Amino acid sequence: MALDSKIPAGPLGEKWTKHKGEIPLVSPANKRLIDVIVVGTGLAGSSAAASLAEMGYNVKAFCFQDSPRRAHSIAAQGGINAAKNYQNDGDSVYRLFYDTIKGGDYRSREANVHRLAEVSRNIIDQCVAQGVPFARDYGGLLDNRSFGGVQVSRTFYAKGQTGQQLLLGAYSALNRQIAKGRVKMYARHEMQELVVVDGKARGIIAKNLVTGEFERHSAHAVLLCTGGYGNVFFLSTNAMGSNVTAAWKAHRKGAYMANPCFTQIHPTCIPVSGENQSKLTLMSESLRNDGRIWVPAKKEDAEAIRAGKLHPNDIAEENRDYYLERRYPAFGNLVPRDVASRAAKERCDAGYGVNKTGEAVYLDFAAAIVRYGKEEALVKGVNNPSDADIKALGEKVVEAKYGNLFQMYEKITASNPYKEPMMIYPAVHYTMGGLWVDYNLMTSIPGCFALGEANFSDHGANRLGASALMQGLADGYFVAPYTVGEFLSKDIRTGAISTDSPEFEEAEKVVRERTDKFINNNGTKSVDFFHKRLGKIMWNEVGMARNEKGLKQAIADIQALREEFYADVRVLGSANGMNPELDKAGRVADLIELGELMAKDALERNESCGGHFREEYQSEEGEALRDDANFAFVSAWEFTGVPAEAKLHKEELTFENVELKTRSYK
Amino acid sequence: MDLTLKIWRQAGPEAKGEMKTYPISGVEEDMSFLEMLDYLNEQLIDQGIEPVVFDHDCREGICGMCSLFINGEAHGPGRKITTCQLHMREFKSGDTIYIEPFRAKAFPIIKDLMVDRSAFDRIQRAGGFISVNTSGNTIDANAIPVPKENADKAFDAATCIGCGACVATCKNSSAMLFASAKISQFSLLPQGQPEAKERVLNMVNQMDLEGFGNCTNTGACEVECPKGISLENIARMNRDYLFASLSSNK
Repeated sequence: MALDSKIPAGPLGEKWTKHKGEIPLVSPANKRLIDVIVVGTGLAGSSAAASLAEMGYNVKAFCFQDSPRRAHSIAAQGGINAAKNYQNDGDSVYRLFYDTIKGGDYRSREANVHRLAEVSRNIIDQCVAQGVPFARDYGGLLDNRSFGGVQVSRTFYAKGQTGQQLLLGAYSALNRQIAKGRVKMYARHEMQELVVVDGKARGIIAKNLVTGEFERHSAHAVLLCTGGYGNVFFLSTNAMGSNVTAAWKAHRKGAYMANPCFTQIHPTCIPVSGENQSKLTLMSESLRNDGRIWVPAKKEDAEAIRAGKLHPNDIAEENRDYYLERRYPAFGNLVPRDVASRAAKERCDAGYGVNKTGEAVYLDFAAAIVRYGKEEALVKGVNNPSDADIKALGEKVVEAKYGNLFQMYEKITASNPYKEPMMIYPAVHYTMGGLWVDYNLMTSIPGCFALGEANFSDHGANRLGASALMQGLADGYFVAPYTVGEFLSKDIRTGAISTDSPEFEEAEKVVRERTDKFINNNGTKSVDFFHKRLGKIMWNEVGMARNEKGLKQAIADIQALREEFYADVRVLGSANGMNPELDKAGRVADLIELGELMAKDALERNESCGGHFREEYQSEEGEALRDDANFAFVSAWEFTGVPAEAKLHKEELTFENVELKTRSYK
Repeated sequence: MDLTLKIWRQAGPEAKGEMKTYPISGVEEDMSFLEMLDYLNEQLIDQGIEPVVFDHDCREGICGMCSLFINGEAHGPGRKITTCQLHMREFKSGDTIYIEPFRAKAFPIIKDLMVDRSAFDRIQRAGGFISVNTSGNTIDANAIPVPKENADKAFDAATCIGCGACVATCKNSSAMLFASAKISQFSLLPQGQPEAKERVLNMVNQMDLEGFGNCTNTGACEVECPKGISLENIARMNRDYLFASLSSNK
């Protein structure tokens, strides 16, 4: 099948308005006859389900958690971007568009990104109307802060809990529709298979996780809003349940997987502490507004710290290496995530890392505390404040901005970040890759759509901070509810889709067999045993730095692991009733297949761009070397039986409005 | 460290449950409480014993999915944390730790330590929203100024994670801290005013229907709340409820 991105003709700024106007409408009477399934209830899923229900469609929404409010969007901390220019710093739709294209290292679609920037403003209006309590200044108006990779303040926030507040906003909109009976909510249900009838996505097989029963659900369209696949690395900032299963099942049924190797390693996470760790915790990028990142300038100091003989507060200013400020004076600590992560790895690999493991750098708030303290002393009219007064005042300001993050850090590490610098290290956080979608957010299976992190379209090879929330809500509130009309307008005479067709029969059979296989496997190793091994392979060979030899090794290792997994995995209990181990087994099986495809994609992409860094392609200064002549395309993989034999389709990226430049934050 | 775990095991909603004893060694201080349970489960699987079922997801204290009554306290010892943020350094070698599910009539047990908290969703559906459609043409966000003090208080109320610690802690299994947090958030904002009376009446009504008890001002919920939701919210809800009851046209 040829890839048609269906980007509307016309000037960039007019494409979306024109396209929206031309999408055929479905009359209210007909909408009542059309069913839509939404899988996942994060920002994209909740907002899409609520909006589609408002429009009049019959919606069924599914989430594996016990409530739609638990989806992992809730954990997003820092904020959401919007081109409001409330701070009068020269922001505009074009600037947000440009920053996102550049931040993505020129591997995203111009038209999609411009649309995202356009609707960003509507999102803030919508959320405020819903009662989302964004941070405000003393005048009662909305406050903003800066994020990495940009030079304006366009990030709206609610302390370090912006994702929570936005998700609860979308959840409230969803609840309103559930109460009206327009959305039927299926919590503790997980999609196990996509059902394709006559080439169109017409339903899913879902598992009721409480009873273990398989259920057939039909619809005229299926929206996958199931997030990213960072858990392929085992350790990531994703929730424990986050998985790729829904997207992967769609991939196996014909949806292309795009740019799977584009993963975001977030620079500011709490470092790994031990072998039994189950997940990593992010410290919001917003902290880089005020925190300065450094390592000791002298190797012997770093060694002394690792041995517990030296305290970071005792290292003199001149013996500290603020390496981001040194290497990237224009953006300093606010360089984009991929750049900041690689710079941390570079210092640690060179032997300057701190923490017992040597895999950590400092994020220091001492300077900000003093700066804010002096400002507060002036504002409050404190005469001749002592150093202690200044510190106390400054700590209050920092607490107001980041209090919950500091508390979270202290709970996990037992170290007080007001008194000593935080230790941070990069960790897997977000996946830019995902299901290939056209301009309407439809995958290569007609009727199957992908929204939010589950699709690939807006962030290129690197996502900017505070843009994930923007994209999830843009897709769910303002894009998909309109664009599904193009597909659904042809379905007004179809009538209800039967769940008795051979396709549903077959899909359910496949799911049952897979489940029985796990239960009756009688292996010797737990699911986590295999998941951890997969994670190690991925982190070592398909992580922050990749090379040909390592990637080939990773593919071989993952293939071997896959065989071992099926031969030796042990799942206790029964298929009837609640059995989290069984559910985990299914998820890990899909992550193993995905991992192989990621390695294959990384191997194929002989350039360094954004989060994809191939050691063979770097400048003498260690900066990424992009190859626009040969790799300015989207890799869209078609499943043909096993990941190793996936077929590559290329969607060439054309840039008509921005000039492709070497990304420089110097 | 070496510990003795006493854990509530219950095969299903209708099954009879009991406390089971599991000795465990090799627990590290840096483990979170849930990582300690993962570690236990790995050992149980090796021994052919079904692992302990418990709810968890984000493991950073925000999704509200983890629960557990640990040594008689919701989310265990420590203040303003969820179970996933509790670390084993809070315990010492030789300790016996009692782990039970959140118990309340409105939170039936699904399996082991996992309970059904869907009653909370139903309370929210009764009115925990502002009726605004997704038009993209609502007024500009800055056209609704909100005094910072009210905005901050609304935010504080809105940080409730819906974990149910308040209910599990309350001797009456009351959900008033939970319900009042959402009611307060909207009550403090201009956007919430048009539906304020309906909201408080409907949500309180649903709370009663679900079988949650009443508030007798013990204040234990506030102490155990991982997000520090203030009792002030209950006072605000009671005031709003009284006002709505007396002045509603219904």
